[in-house]
Amino acid sequence: MTGLLLTRRHLLLSGGAAVLAASLPARAHNGTVHVTIENMEFRPAEVTAHGGETIEWVNRDRFPHTATVKGKWEVLIPPGTSASRQVQAGDSVNYYCRFHPNMKGRIVVATS
Amino acid sequence: MRSLLVFGVSAAFLFAGAASILAQDKPTDPQIAHIAYTAGEIDIEAAKLALDKAENQSVKDFAQSMLTDHQAVNEQALKLVKKLGVTPEDNPTSQSLVSAAGKTRDALSKLEGAAFDKAYIESEVAYHQQVNDALEDLLIPSAQNGELKSLLETGLKLFQGHQQHAEHVAAELK
Repeated sequence: MTGLLLTRRHLLLSGGAAVLAASLPARAHNGTVHVTIENMEFRPAEVTAHGGETIEWVNRDRFPHTATVKGKWEVLIPPGTSASRQVQAGDSVNYYCRFHPNMKGRIVVATS
Repeated sequence: MRSLLVFGVSAAFLFAGAASILAQDKPTDPQIAHIAYTAGEIDIEAAKLALDKAENQSVKDFAQSMLTDHQAVNEQALKLVKKLGVTPEDNPTSQSLVSAAGKTRDALSKLEGAAFDKAYIESEVAYHQQVNDALEDLLIPSAQNGELKSLLETGLKLFQGHQQHAEHVAAELK
């Protein structure tokens, strides 16, 4: 009986997560928005987050990358690691990799 | 050639004789592997010289990035040729690259301080432009093996990034 309940709850949980994932790409349900760096690209290139949430970049390339907003902030992401930054309210920004400025991304801070 | 004109006499001097990279007929995969690896090695050696001589922090950071990235790509290239059983084959394009790099190194070795920083960054802009043109116009279209082509395509994106990085640093120095 317990096993059955657990199974059902699991199904419900994973179903809910699937819906969440479909409606909010790249968003986990713990207030972290994930950006994967692969093959010299930020994926997705644009993410939406709320103030106080965290952006986490996961670098799957063999090269060090950065997420840089010139004159404001920079996050260094060594190869095979991840790094994160808390989103500030009102801080919608375009960012790029300082080492490879052809890599560009955008963070949109949602107001609601 | 456009970049040589833009960067004027010093870069034209540094890159005299380097324009023959596209002169070769369609290279084979073993030759392409040799050209790509050689191009990386040349930039690694230039980066080591710059880490020794450069004064400007942005120039030093750029050189460190060249060292790290080109070493990583060349490690990947070595693993790939081993996996494919390809033996890289020396060829006129590799030889022309090495010869031009020797001249660049001689010219850079004579410079110090800000003059070195400026000449190194300008030569890096021109060098990456030249390698990117070769990748786009000759090496990628000529590659037969899919994995080699894919590594060259990643290399092109990486080196286009390096070219822009070098252009940003060059603009900072002006």
